[in-house]
Amino acid sequence: MGDLKLHGQTFSPFVYRVIWALKLKGLDYEYIEEDLSNKSDLLLKYNPVYKKVPVLTHRGKPIAESSVILEYIEETWPHNPLLPADPHEKAVARFWFKFGDDKGLTIFEFFIKVGEEQEKALQDSLEVLKILEEHGLGEKKFFGGETIGLADMAIGWVAYWMCMMEEIAGVKLLEEHKFPRLFKWTKNFKEFPIIKENLPDYDKTLAYLKSIREKYTK
Amino acid sequence: MAETDVKILGTRSSPFVMRSQIALKIKSVDYEFLEENLVKKSILLLQSNPVHKKVPVLIHGDKLICESLVIIQYIDETWSSGPSILPSDLYDRAVARFWANYIDQTWFPSLFALLFTKGEEAKGKAIKQLLAGMELFEDAFKKCSKGKAFFGGDSIGYIDITLGCFLAWIRVSEKFNGLAILDTEKTPYLVSWAEKFCADSTVKEVMPEVDKLAEFAIKLEAHMNASASN
Repeated sequence: MGDLKLHGQTFSPFVYRVIWALKLKGLDYEYIEEDLSNKSDLLLKYNPVYKKVPVLTHRGKPIAESSVILEYIEETWPHNPLLPADPHEKAVARFWFKFGDDKGLTIFEFFIKVGEEQEKALQDSLEVLKILEEHGLGEKKFFGGETIGLADMAIGWVAYWMCMMEEIAGVKLLEEHKFPRLFKWTKNFKEFPIIKENLPDYDKTLAYLKSIREKYTK
Repeated sequence: MAETDVKILGTRSSPFVMRSQIALKIKSVDYEFLEENLVKKSILLLQSNPVHKKVPVLIHGDKLICESLVIIQYIDETWSSGPSILPSDLYDRAVARFWANYIDQTWFPSLFALLFTKGEEAKGKAIKQLLAGMELFEDAFKKCSKGKAFFGGDSIGYIDITLGCFLAWIRVSEKFNGLAILDTEKTPYLVSWAEKFCADSTVKEVMPEVDKLAEFAIKLEAHMNASASN
């Protein structure tokens, strides 16, 4: 303890990626909540380029960007691996991590839009979900195979945050009959031990997300 | 592992494709270059990268690897007896990955905008972001190189490849816009690094000539404008 510190924000799915990785590896860490409307000097010092969370420090050395943090955790503590050992399978996992990471905003866009812009955003989201369903998951239980991996963590927000967003925005995107595999994946992901115990409070997150939508759509 | 076929699906003008070639050359791996026509994509490309339909794709035997940064890491891990591309120190690896991520997510879009966006305001914004990035790279270079020639130290490494692949395009942008992106006063370390990078045996043969690239850029812009108005 004292070796690892995580700077985060209660509702951030990016921060949760790091929490999941740390917990799956059984690593102790100190959590520091950041007020993103009034960023601490420490955060600005640790992440001067983006000024964002998450930031992980290991023996005082800061690492920013969740994808970078996850690879660091995986390589520093290789037990309970989150990436396959085979270089090709690892490359495929990294491909899907990047896809999930890059397309997150596309899937999320509908939530902060209304009217025609929202219609377009919904179509874009459906296309991304289709790719995840058909190419990403295929016959696998998780993006990582039989067990959870980094790629699942990149897309993990879809398993929990997204249904709240659909409810608030009054839309349906990830429907079981349209995306049976992805739908099942969301259940498997949420039920996975450790993930289950490490999700933000449902009601509080719902309230927080409502405030985000109000902010962007007034 | 027995010697298997290594191929790159790509174009000669793509900096992302160049990354894969430099990585293979660092490992002294022979490969076949399959030239793609991005206006009329081959069945091979569409089948090899169905998600993005983009180059580069690395074909290694029956294995397909997409996304340039994923490809570099695959090459580094598969031909592990050759010189290392990623740093051996785990924290230095995190720093290298951070900068690669910044280059692709934040910096490259501003280079692309400068080259292909119209309008003074948009170009002005792109230039600002681009030059801010160059200052960050100058600073990062001083920290990462530890007094040596490259970000990776004595030899070309991950950040070198990820940034260096854009050098010809940077020269084209400087030419088109009459500005210095690599500036001997503001970014002297980068200027010196760029020279050494371009002269390296793993880079020389795959770095396009600036004049030819400039001609290509004009054609590409015309094509993009034509597509946009259709």
